[in-house]
Amino acid sequence: MSDFMDKLHSTFIEGDRWKYLTNGLKNTLIITFFAVLLGMALGFLIAIVRAAHDKTGKMKILNFFAKIYLTVIRGTPVMVQLLIIYYVIFASVRIDKMFVGILAFGLNSAAYVAEIVRSGIMSIDNGQFEAGASLGLNYRKTMIYIIMPQAFKNVLPALGNECIVLLKETSVAGYIALEDLTKGGDIIRSVTYEAFLPLIAVALIYLVIVMFMTYLVSRLERRLAKSDRG
Amino acid sequence: MIEVNDLRKSFGKQHILKGITTKIEKGEKVVIIGPSGSGKSTFLRCLNRLEQPTSGSIVFEGEDLTKVSEKRLYEIREKMGMVFQHFHLFPHLSIMKNLTLAPVKLGLMSQSEAEKSAKAMLKKVGLADKADAFPNQLSGGQKQRIAIARALVMNPDVMLFDEPTSALDPEMVGEVLNLMKQLAEEGMTMVVVTHEMGFAREVASRVLFIDGGVIAEENDPYNFFNYPQNPRLKQFLSKVL
Repeated sequence: MSDFMDKLHSTFIEGDRWKYLTNGLKNTLIITFFAVLLGMALGFLIAIVRAAHDKTGKMKILNFFAKIYLTVIRGTPVMVQLLIIYYVIFASVRIDKMFVGILAFGLNSAAYVAEIVRSGIMSIDNGQFEAGASLGLNYRKTMIYIIMPQAFKNVLPALGNECIVLLKETSVAGYIALEDLTKGGDIIRSVTYEAFLPLIAVALIYLVIVMFMTYLVSRLERRLAKSDRG
Repeated sequence: MIEVNDLRKSFGKQHILKGITTKIEKGEKVVIIGPSGSGKSTFLRCLNRLEQPTSGSIVFEGEDLTKVSEKRLYEIREKMGMVFQHFHLFPHLSIMKNLTLAPVKLGLMSQSEAEKSAKAMLKKVGLADKADAFPNQLSGGQKQRIAIARALVMNPDVMLFDEPTSALDPEMVGEVLNLMKQLAEEGMTMVVVTHEMGFAREVASRVLFIDGGVIAEENDPYNFFNYPQNPRLKQFLSKVL
């Protein structure tokens, strides 16, 4: 027992090593938060372009580029994208690693968000578009007031899931020497030669955050389900 | 009010409408009947260009809908109410919002004006107590009456009905037809695609029989039902009456 207490002490207390975890957690959360914002914003835009093309046949050129973007981003691992952005695109510039992380994970997430949102838009009965049109609402207004609110509600679980995936995917940020939560735990391991405690601690922290996010999504879902009561 | 000239519509190689010419006057109640797949719904949907005609013209209040700009088309649709077989209410909005969304977002009325007008419409369709309900809480007949009210709030010049009672339980057909009769009596111009022969007989000023993509016969309801000329119509009526 005292052996365990010693390990606990050397892993977290000695030399304020817990700070690797709290600081890492802070970075992980910042990257996740801004990457989610970027991913959602860009993802929605791409989805709207793709859906407008599918529904009206317009925006051919934008749709073409959107499709290339989706193919490339979804066809390569996020870690490779992160490395390319850091070591190739920003090779000759001194740049904040956090910014690179947010950019890489945000751009990556946007591709998945786009397909989620597009599937949500396409899942709405065409009659809703027609009802909007028959009342004189043009495509844009129909989209904003009729289609998107319903599509958003339908894809909310999938979007919440995407946020959770994103949070966990940021754990590869250590490959550009960014000190996120995973890297923090790994640093402790490399200093203390004790793997069990720091890595379990890291895993637990991820788990708690994911459970919390799951809870938030289900609450939001329940609120949006108001109109389904019957 | 609506002049249709040699209207044709094909989906790929399939010719649905093969040249329809007719004129709908203000205040007329035109009922369109015909076998399934005859093109009657497609014809109705061409009238407000939910369906893009392949050729021909549709002149509504002096403007050819096949030639107007997209922006103008949406403005014209404000004057053409449409009621669908499957209602297509907006499930995420309350009944009140269903009625006020279009007039408010199009800038035709303020929110309070729209609500006042919506309340009057709800009263007219007998559902004044449902303003705060959501579509999923209503029966089929109630949904369809709301859909009619939603179209009426726009003050349309003509109402298009696309099989408005076909998706309803038999016991709910009556309430919707009664409302449509009431509208007819008030002088609304109506174009109705339906299988309700009783309604056609009672309300129509003219009945069209569309078969194989053309108007095979048209007449006033009395002669239409009692002295059909076209053999296909005779056959059709003998099956449905």
